[in-house]
Amino acid sequence: MAASNADTPLVTSAAPAEAGGAQRGAPRSGRVQRLKGPDRLVVLTMVMVPLVLVLGLVWLPALSTVALSFTNWDGIGGLGTIKWIGLTNYENVVTIYPPFWPALRNNLLFLGVLFLIATPLGIFLAVLLDKDLRGSRIYQTPLYMPVVLSLALVGFIWQLQFSRDFGLVNAMLQAVGQQDAASPVDWYGDPNINIWAVLIASSWRHVGYIMLLYLAGLKGVDPSLREAASMDGANEVKTFFRIVFPVLRPINIIIIVITVIEALRAYDLVWVINKGRNGLELIGALVAQNVIGEASRIGFGSALATIMLVISLVFVIFYLSTVMREEER
Amino acid sequence: MSRPRTEAEYLARLIPPSVAGTVSRRTLFRGAMGAGAALGGATLLSACGSDSSTSSATSAASGSAAASAAGGGEVSLGSNQSDDVPKKGYQALGDAYKASTGTTVKINTVQHEAFQENINSYLQGKPDDVFTWFAGYRMRFFASKGLAGDLSDVWAQLQGYTDGFKSASTGDDGKQYFVPVSYYPWAVFYRPSVWKEKGYQVPKTLDELKTLGATMQKDGLIPIAFADKDGWPAMGTFDVLNLRINGYQFHIDLMAHKVAWDDPKVKKVFSTWAELLPLHQADPLGRTWQEAAQALQTKKAGMYLLGLFVTQQMTANLDDVDFFTFPEIDPAIGADALDAPIDGFMMAKKPKDEARAKALLTWLGSKEAADVLVKSDPTLLVANSGANVSGYTALQKKSAELVGSAKNIAQFLDRDTRPDFASTVMLPGIQAFLKNPKDIDGLCKSLEQQAKTLFV
Repeated sequence: MAASNADTPLVTSAAPAEAGGAQRGAPRSGRVQRLKGPDRLVVLTMVMVPLVLVLGLVWLPALSTVALSFTNWDGIGGLGTIKWIGLTNYENVVTIYPPFWPALRNNLLFLGVLFLIATPLGIFLAVLLDKDLRGSRIYQTPLYMPVVLSLALVGFIWQLQFSRDFGLVNAMLQAVGQQDAASPVDWYGDPNINIWAVLIASSWRHVGYIMLLYLAGLKGVDPSLREAASMDGANEVKTFFRIVFPVLRPINIIIIVITVIEALRAYDLVWVINKGRNGLELIGALVAQNVIGEASRIGFGSALATIMLVISLVFVIFYLSTVMREEER
Repeated sequence: MSRPRTEAEYLARLIPPSVAGTVSRRTLFRGAMGAGAALGGATLLSACGSDSSTSSATSAASGSAAASAAGGGEVSLGSNQSDDVPKKGYQALGDAYKASTGTTVKINTVQHEAFQENINSYLQGKPDDVFTWFAGYRMRFFASKGLAGDLSDVWAQLQGYTDGFKSASTGDDGKQYFVPVSYYPWAVFYRPSVWKEKGYQVPKTLDELKTLGATMQKDGLIPIAFADKDGWPAMGTFDVLNLRINGYQFHIDLMAHKVAWDDPKVKKVFSTWAELLPLHQADPLGRTWQEAAQALQTKKAGMYLLGLFVTQQMTANLDDVDFFTFPEIDPAIGADALDAPIDGFMMAKKPKDEARAKALLTWLGSKEAADVLVKSDPTLLVANSGANVSGYTALQKKSAELVGSAKNIAQFLDRDTRPDFASTVMLPGIQAFLKNPKDIDGLCKSLEQQAKTLFV
């Protein structure tokens, strides 16, 4: 701690505030001092507690996951029983593990659909509700309702809609003569369409979430901006894209981040439906299948988790670099 | 398939197993007799009561192991029987044991799926002295990992078990690690009233089964109800086909990966299954076994290959349910092997009190304990042949006969092979086969490649 003796400008500037309190006790020696006794303890605690939490709950598990991904371990016995096998797990994941590529594809599909359809739809609904329509509160409620529900419950609710033999969707299709009762669509069982059924359920929830966030942002836009725009003869569409949307840049970034997070952590919905199998593979679900439970393929599951970590890092780096560039400006 | 009769019935069927504690295959049948608290309460009371004949017989059976533990004290038992009826049945066992020896059995019940999912950390932490588990590779796996206690001296005192049960309790090193308590068979279930009306006969060979299936289709029935949404029910079909086509020894060797998965014999199992698939209910991957059982229950389907627990969905018509063992495919192999998973108890590696734990296990394996279980939970088959089974229903009696006459008993795919292989390779593999039954070569190649990385 060489820096502790140096009087940096930061410390000097902080000193007067501290001095006021200290002078009431003992007379000061006049020399500018660093934080003392209890204050130092408080600062130290405030730094150390989050640091320990971050190290223990984020960095340690993340790094041990990466380390374990190079091993073959069934989780039984001490750390001495771990066998290092290099890149074999990664090799097996990409070559002979059939669910991996569908899972990667589904994760990207999730991202694409949420990003290109659900999020714009949420923004669109927010803009509509911002127009002070009559009864906009009434519209808001059903749109926001799904957000309150856990994804597990959302999965259960949509299971009622999509059940092949008893579901509402098939019953309605049959009622209007769009479907032959003898060959109903197997929404959750057919691996070619069940991911779309899941995406509908997931979007249903996502739209409400984005809508609420964006609505809050829209309420904060200075009305004079819009007035000025309409004075200059801009129509509604132009006003939104040229004025409101750029002004809401901070909200836009939050929404992008939330969309990415939702797409990557999409897991509970498919887990409730069929534990992430048969067309509903997602990397998160594969990690759980391999690591949790009796299977206990710790090394193999860790390799999958590390791949997911790398994918997340791409987005994290994108987000951080955007935010940092923002701050520099 | 028809619609369920009531809304509640329909909703109950849709609850995923992970949510509903009661919907689990190994306990369903036991739970079948319902949440009838009155029933459970009554049996509990009868077991608690001072049944002097049980007590006296018990202390005799407990033998020298009990003598060394000389009454009193406490022994802990980890149970996965979280459903109402079996939970009370186990409590009745504990109470009866307390009454006969004075030793308190502290039962720690954990939700069924959670118990299995946490078994690794449970056994490596501070497990209970005695815990519930399954026979087969699943038992031998933990025994060979040194996580279970040797019960050979307990077995020296057990009576009333056939050699089949003993070998199902034996680890790779030839020692016993498991005390069997109950079991249930897998068979083809049907509704006799439907068969009588249409004049169907129980098929004895694969060809007869195919002919029967074609007739049923003509009569507007789904020949074989089928579901594999949860991934495990179709394993039963694979098991029985492999047992009929290649025999018990090949099946067990395959499960232990002593034979390769791309062996032509394995391909023959899948190709035979592919021939039978048109007789199965379509779109199995979106259906739970409960929904498929409803097809049988409502007489829309003619047959259903499943465990005895299928009757849980038919409690209203139990007298109109019968079964037959899957027909012979190869005359040289015959039809005398089947899946009949066994549940029972194991001992922790280092129990707090080994003498008391062994005394309890000896008693749990006795016919007195089996009698208590039959009385308190009338929906299971008990493993001890000495038990008084006069209270069995017709189906229970027939199930017991079927298993008794079987030459070889397999457990079930996910109990006979490595847990990681069963859940992360076979389960998606069989689902892939059901999606695309044509690519058998590709499937077997993929299974073998993955098996090689796990069985090392």
